[in-house]
Amino acid sequence: MADQKDGNDRKTTVLEDLKGLKEVVKVKTQEQVEELKKPQETQLYRSIFRIKHDEEPRNRALSTLNNLFFHIHPAKVNRDATRYGYTWGLGGITFYLFIVLVFTGVMLMFYYHPTKVQAFRDILYLENDVPFGRLLRNMHRWAAHLMVMAVWLHMFRVFMSGSYKRPREFNWCVGVLLMVLTLLLSFTGYLLPDDQLGFWAVTVGTNMARATPLLGHQGPFGPQLGMTPYNDVRFALLGGSIVDANALLRAYIWHCIAIPLIASVFMGVHFWRVRKDGGISGPSPVMLESEAKN
Amino acid sequence: MFGDWHQLWVIISTPDNIPIVAMLGLVPFFTWFAFHNMLANDRLIAQLEADPQLARTHHRTTYPYNSRWERELHTNPFLMRKELLAAIIITIILMVWALTLNAPLEEPANASVTMNPAKAPWYFLGLQEMLEYFDPWIAGVLVPTLIIIGLMAIPYIDANPLGNGYYTYHQRRHAVWTFLIGFEAIWLVLVCIGTFIRGPGFMWYWPTQTWDPDRVEFNVNRNLDQILGINGSWISHILPTAWRPEAAIIARALWGIIPMVVYGVLAALFIHWICKRSAYSRKIYSKMSIIQTVTMYIFLITMLFVPVTIFLRLVFRIKYIWETPWFSI
Repeated sequence: MADQKDGNDRKTTVLEDLKGLKEVVKVKTQEQVEELKKPQETQLYRSIFRIKHDEEPRNRALSTLNNLFFHIHPAKVNRDATRYGYTWGLGGITFYLFIVLVFTGVMLMFYYHPTKVQAFRDILYLENDVPFGRLLRNMHRWAAHLMVMAVWLHMFRVFMSGSYKRPREFNWCVGVLLMVLTLLLSFTGYLLPDDQLGFWAVTVGTNMARATPLLGHQGPFGPQLGMTPYNDVRFALLGGSIVDANALLRAYIWHCIAIPLIASVFMGVHFWRVRKDGGISGPSPVMLESEAKN
Repeated sequence: MFGDWHQLWVIISTPDNIPIVAMLGLVPFFTWFAFHNMLANDRLIAQLEADPQLARTHHRTTYPYNSRWERELHTNPFLMRKELLAAIIITIILMVWALTLNAPLEEPANASVTMNPAKAPWYFLGLQEMLEYFDPWIAGVLVPTLIIIGLMAIPYIDANPLGNGYYTYHQRRHAVWTFLIGFEAIWLVLVCIGTFIRGPGFMWYWPTQTWDPDRVEFNVNRNLDQILGINGSWISHILPTAWRPEAAIIARALWGIIPMVVYGVLAALFIHWICKRSAYSRKIYSKMSIIQTVTMYIFLITMLFVPVTIFLRLVFRIKYIWETPWFSI
């Protein structure tokens, strides 16, 4: 376009190029502005999102299917399944809270040493000196409580809507294990501030492990199997016979690495099975007693 | 001292108790909401049962329906915008909560200064409460294991094909009641007792009763065999001479089997009677396999044993029903 007046491919001299520069810049700038008015058609945008975002059913579907984060969903869902009134949104809220907890948890890890000398001071430091440190800790704490509440209420909803029935029996079992992992995550985090509250809660909790049948030194048939305070299941949990430095380290590793990893695997299975079992359970059309198959 | 409203406020406003206070509102709300949905569907079901012609043509939900509407919606945006909205609402709730209430931090951990009361986090207070009634290996190990296995067994025990993916009360009355009793009447009530009732020494304090760290409680709990005067005198005559010094222990251990068996039989009869009540539940019951039936009985009998034991302890002050040298129940 810049060469319109010549219309040929004669090689130009540098001087001529410089003379035409003003015109070229003007035209190119106009082109650039026009292009930026449609950012969705830029090379950059297309390289990231891979598809056109036109108002077409096909592109709507692709926007879900071609996105790593969204392809957890099917392209289309039952019209009534999007109602809050059916699912109460609690499974998704639980997952969202898990993400919030991972995010705030990683931030907290930057300031925390799992040692008897440092742990409690790190909390004081977080609360009083770290910018937004108190907010961070509060959010982590309350999100953990909210997650336990959301998990329980999610289980309540799934039961009441009969969503554990065929073919979703196994996913209900995965869900039960995820609930147990949620409680364990919350409980292992309880010890980490290394204050009286966590110390005694974990002392009370792990004292029960003494009484494990066969594996605890105070449990039925434990002593007969050679269990002592120094080799039983409680010792394994605490890394010692009392709640001390090793217990703090073990709680930290379980809380920050081991259980989140295990829970993530189970979550993957849980979400994958939701899809493989035919999407969320309903709201399905009601059946009558006379139609119940044997 | 009763009428101490400040004490009640202290318990309710303890930051770590806020979730269970919130659950006091949320659980009744969601229970009502579930029943609201259930009864709406049940009305539709009754209507369709009464009118087979309508049953053939009806769309079978209680939601707005138009045959010209598409059955499915695009996830983007119709589902995703709701998810985004839910995430925003949860974030706002969390932010407000985190800005207004601080996470608790007590003094540094000190093994020589016992917290009184020393309580587990609220979601484990049901188990801690059970420690009051059962030996640690039952309350701390057996019960949690049975709860987990029992929950996972539910889909395999429940042979009722109806109510799959829609709320209904009439078609699954037994399942609904079992869950309401297990989750709300037992688990959440125990959590609430552990949160609101238990004070210093994990003793029983009624709401508005002042916590007293110096209170002493005299243990008046007795075993069922002690109340009935089982002392082994009658059995010592038939025992070998070497065993006679242990006659009381042996008599107690043997005698304790009787109330356990009586309870088991009564509970089983009760469950059997419930299962036989309506024609439809008789049909479901008769098609259950032996493993399904036996598993269901074991879990239901065990679950009902918890409130029975708590009732016997709190009202009749009975410590153990069955005491043996190895375990006591």
